[in-house]
Amino acid sequence: MEDKKRNEAYNKYVKAKIPKTKPWPSLFNSFWVGGLICVIGQGINDIYLLIFPNISQQTGWALTLITLIFIASFLTGIGVYDQIGKFAGGGSIVPITGFSNSIASPSIEFKSEGIIYGICVKMFTIAGPVIVFGVASSMVVGLIYWIISLF
Amino acid sequence: MQGQTIKLKNRPKIIGSYSIVGPKEGAGNFGDYFDYVMKNDFFGEDTFEKAERKMLESAITGVIQDAKLQTKDIDFMMAGDLLNQIISSSYAARAFQFPFLGLYGACSTMAESLALAALLVDEGYCKNIVCSTGSHFSTAERQYRFPLELGNQRPPTSQWTVTGAGASVVSLNGEGPSITMVTFGKVVDWGVNDVNNMGAAMAPAARDTMLAHFKSTKTKPDDYDLIVTGDLGKLGSEILIDLMEDEGYKLGTNYGDCGQMYFRREQKTLCGASGAGCCATVFNSYIMKKLREKQYKKVLFMPTGALLSTTSTQQGDTIPCVCHAIVLES
Repeated sequence: MEDKKRNEAYNKYVKAKIPKTKPWPSLFNSFWVGGLICVIGQGINDIYLLIFPNISQQTGWALTLITLIFIASFLTGIGVYDQIGKFAGGGSIVPITGFSNSIASPSIEFKSEGIIYGICVKMFTIAGPVIVFGVASSMVVGLIYWIISLF
Repeated sequence: MQGQTIKLKNRPKIIGSYSIVGPKEGAGNFGDYFDYVMKNDFFGEDTFEKAERKMLESAITGVIQDAKLQTKDIDFMMAGDLLNQIISSSYAARAFQFPFLGLYGACSTMAESLALAALLVDEGYCKNIVCSTGSHFSTAERQYRFPLELGNQRPPTSQWTVTGAGASVVSLNGEGPSITMVTFGKVVDWGVNDVNNMGAAMAPAARDTMLAHFKSTKTKPDDYDLIVTGDLGKLGSEILIDLMEDEGYKLGTNYGDCGQMYFRREQKTLCGASGAGCCATVFNSYIMKKLREKQYKKVLFMPTGALLSTTSTQQGDTIPCVCHAIVLES
């Protein structure tokens, strides 16, 4: 009982002593880097539509996403994306480039354990939960959509 | 034995020391004192794990030379590291022809091995014992945290695992600073479960062992030229100073923490260095040099270790920690 009290008091003391991150500069950096990534994405989209005027808007989006994923994986491979991430935080995690980084980085890291048990197994250690939640929530939304469409 | 402290009658000596570090560590505050600075983290191997074990191997080879001994003179080797099943130490031991005792005290392993070696040597069971520990930033990161290339931000309380290995030879014959007392610590857990705040988790363990040591030996902080903890880091060492003040002991300018002092400010390691290699390399370079030159006459070396695993962390457990202390006199 006394131990519990001491631990609580200690944790409270530690919490007060932890150096605080400054929220405004980090928010500012995430905002403008995240925004910049989106602007680049829009630019790529516009260029695709300019080069191939006959493709649909949907195909344009797909090509843009593929390009962004490629660029982010490439930057991860040459060791640049983690530097961007260190600076921008959520700004470079939230866009699809962050997702690409989260798959590429464990693949590089676990290359030494072989293709199957290293790269293929570890590839989704970070991105896995994102995919699970993405699929599960789209199922729930689909169900709600179907129920609504019945009336 | 008084309390948790054992006084050694025959004053076993540390007759050799050797340290090897990575390039980032070489650019840190102790850069000039290390015996060898690697050009890159791979050390000529194809994986970081192999690089870590090669570092330990070269530290052991180096220390035997430094002690002016030959491999056949070594009775025992005691080593430990941070990887699962302490593979780096076991694989490093494979390269040598002496009996091996694997130890695990996380980042406190250097003191644990020196203390046990001192006891064995003091009683006359063995002549020369090699003690060694090491850690590698990249192997520790991938075991405990995230892939290196992942674009995430480190929390402000996090520390940087040192790439480096240190080794010492303990013996009764030869020249060097003596180990006069050893204090083994209890496992202490004050309910911190933040793996990115090891300093706060380990500070109570350091407090416990320090109190036990001061009480059983009837000494106080001013009796030592240097009191040095392992890798509490910036935050952890500040906490320890506070905790000791609450107990009526004032840690003054003779107190330092290897982790806090390790890197320069511009190296951006947030709360400082950590890892088994942190105190091992500082001890076997800077502290040993100052003891040999008799600039320090009495040093209390007490690294702490966080005894957690990734499984216990994921299950939300708190972090049990331990701290072992040895007293060195030149």
